[in-house]
Amino acid sequence: MTNIPIEGILLPNEKPKHESSSNWKEYFSFSTDHKVIGIQYLVTSFFFFLVGGIFAMVMRGELMTPESDLVDRTVYNGMFTMHGTVMLFLWTFPSLVGFANYLVPLMIGARDMAFPRLNAVAFWMVPVVGILMMGSFFVPGGPAQAGWWSYPPVSLQNPTGNLINGQVIWLLAVAISGVSSIMGAVNFVTTIVKMRAPGMGFFRMPLFVWGVFSAQIIQLFGLPALTAGAVMLLLDLTVGTSFFDPAKGGNPVMFQHYFWFYSHPAVYVIILPVFAIFSEIFPVYSRKPLFGYKVVAVSSILIAVVSGIVWVHHMYVSGTPGWMRLIFMLTTMCVSVPTGIKVFAWVATIWGGKLRLHTPMLFALGALIMFVFAGITGIMLSSVPVDVHVNNTYFVVGHFHYVLYGTVTMGLYAAIYHWFPKMTGRMYSESWGKIHFWLAFIGTNLNFLPMHPLGLQGMLRRVASYAPEYQFWNVIASLGGFLLGMSTLPFIFNMVISWMQGEKAPANPWRAIGLEWLVSSPPPVENFEEIPIIISEPYGYGKSEPLTANLPE
Amino acid sequence: MDSYINSEELHQTSAEHSHDEEGNKMFGFIVFLLSESVIFLSFFAGYAIYKTTTPNWLPAGVSGLEVKEPAINTVILVASSFVIYLAERALQRHDLVKFRLFLLATMAMGTYFLVGQAIEWNGLTFGFTSGIFGSTFYLLTGFHGLHVFTGILLQLIILVRSFLPGNYDTGHYGVNATSLFWHFVDVIWIILFVLIYVWQ
Repeated sequence: MTNIPIEGILLPNEKPKHESSSNWKEYFSFSTDHKVIGIQYLVTSFFFFLVGGIFAMVMRGELMTPESDLVDRTVYNGMFTMHGTVMLFLWTFPSLVGFANYLVPLMIGARDMAFPRLNAVAFWMVPVVGILMMGSFFVPGGPAQAGWWSYPPVSLQNPTGNLINGQVIWLLAVAISGVSSIMGAVNFVTTIVKMRAPGMGFFRMPLFVWGVFSAQIIQLFGLPALTAGAVMLLLDLTVGTSFFDPAKGGNPVMFQHYFWFYSHPAVYVIILPVFAIFSEIFPVYSRKPLFGYKVVAVSSILIAVVSGIVWVHHMYVSGTPGWMRLIFMLTTMCVSVPTGIKVFAWVATIWGGKLRLHTPMLFALGALIMFVFAGITGIMLSSVPVDVHVNNTYFVVGHFHYVLYGTVTMGLYAAIYHWFPKMTGRMYSESWGKIHFWLAFIGTNLNFLPMHPLGLQGMLRRVASYAPEYQFWNVIASLGGFLLGMSTLPFIFNMVISWMQGEKAPANPWRAIGLEWLVSSPPPVENFEEIPIIISEPYGYGKSEPLTANLPE
Repeated sequence: MDSYINSEELHQTSAEHSHDEEGNKMFGFIVFLLSESVIFLSFFAGYAIYKTTTPNWLPAGVSGLEVKEPAINTVILVASSFVIYLAERALQRHDLVKFRLFLLATMAMGTYFLVGQAIEWNGLTFGFTSGIFGSTFYLLTGFHGLHVFTGILLQLIILVRSFLPGNYDTGHYGVNATSLFWHFVDVIWIILFVLIYVWQ
């Protein structure tokens, strides 16, 4: 028996290497350490968040005046298509996968993900997707212009006659991103089911792990439908098949089914981990156990299940018969039940707690407030008569920006601040964090609230010019948008300076309960010197017993 | 390194570790196949909806598909699933010769299926781009054919590896996964056959 250290095994007398995960060069290499990959995901996706944000700034600049005067209409169409695509496929999805990568193995007491190399390959597909998408601006005819949903027959009109055009590149990029996500989903589901530390039953898993688990199950069962639709659209565009082309006997509404069968549940793929972030943050900064742990855990799975039977609510005006609209209206409204359970549990957790209003808590509270608002407009939109009235207007845009910026992005900021000390080993600046929060909170509401009256008055989405009576609310929205754009600057400043020269962080700066806080900041390469045995429920704030005990010698 | 202290412990951990890794891989592969089956289900659902809602479903001059040859092909493919099972069983009995023979037989049956499909495609009067029937027909049979081809490749890999030194104890992941994939491809074909050839 030769004594060779095997990857993934910590020799009993070998000390963990603390220094290696803080070496910046590692972040540009093909690493299989889940913590490095997690940060790679986070930094890459934040870069694309800035790119998507610049597109948004240009659009808000264009919408300052009723005329189309800032950019050409083709550019504008490319901008809104790419803004949506980048924000979904290159910001929210990968950044949450980044957190999941970093935290899930730590939280379940594993040394790494189940398939470390597959994990790295899945990550390196993300920059490829980004380069392809950005590259599509430079091909003849410009980038895809049919909106992020790319409905045919509009998306079939894009080609300029040659095979290399923006729409084809866009579809390829979406397909690659889908492959990457399926790889990730296989990895996460296997890791969570098979690699939990001894003693950690399903109902002892932290809620963040529950959120990731439910979201990845949606990826597994929803994403293939989108991939199927994307392949068929790609064949229509390149080979000349007739799946969705009405001119050749195809049916364009079929694409909408393929698309929304995944893309509606996709919203929950994004938001379930964010809900889970709330469930991690509220107990810590309220110094109370999470109210109704089991119910909150099960509600994630319920949301995942119900999400699979609501997609037609995006298609109320696509010739869907009345009886089907009724069914999907009712199923959509059902989503509010498990979601409401979560909201009440969070409020009950905060209620009577000893609140510490650090930046992560501020962001989580702000995001919760905006989520409640988004939930209310969501129920309004699920109702057929309201949806038919405001379909394709700024009301819808306002609603989903409250979800995707107000809740998801703000929730991501909460998570970044909360786990920043753990990931970097440094503390961030609390005062810069608070400046960031207030700019972002005011900016978000100024930007997206006016979209609701605009939509109710009938202003359509995706237009570069509009009737003069819509100008007032548009100017306010644009000013709010610029404020929101500016709010990113103190954040970047804070993160860069703090990472370089912030105060050294202790292992558990927030006095939080959870396995990730038991290891040093940043954690050693192998996470745990010895795999811990779990002996109690999570979130035992105010209880005397410890969370874990280590293996006996 | 104090090798004499750690070697036994290390051996133990690494044995547990590799066992776990095999289990994880198999679990991951099953999860992947579940996901794959959703792609097929999406295509199947699409086919059924297109067939029932398109006014001129069959292209002009086509009255239907010939069932006889595909039916023989189906029998061969389904039988090959039993043959690969026999190969797996032979490996469990450490009978490498039989393992290789049954594996070769499976590959031959898979190849027969693919050649049969190629001959069928060659004789058809409609193409991939001649209307919605042609598009869905070639998409479904082509995508399935791609899976058959992948399955044969996997079988080739495990066959070659069985000649390399130090390989293949009884419950080897590569063998089990290849076999499972082949059963999967088989089940998908049965659904596909009923959908396209029986339901005309």
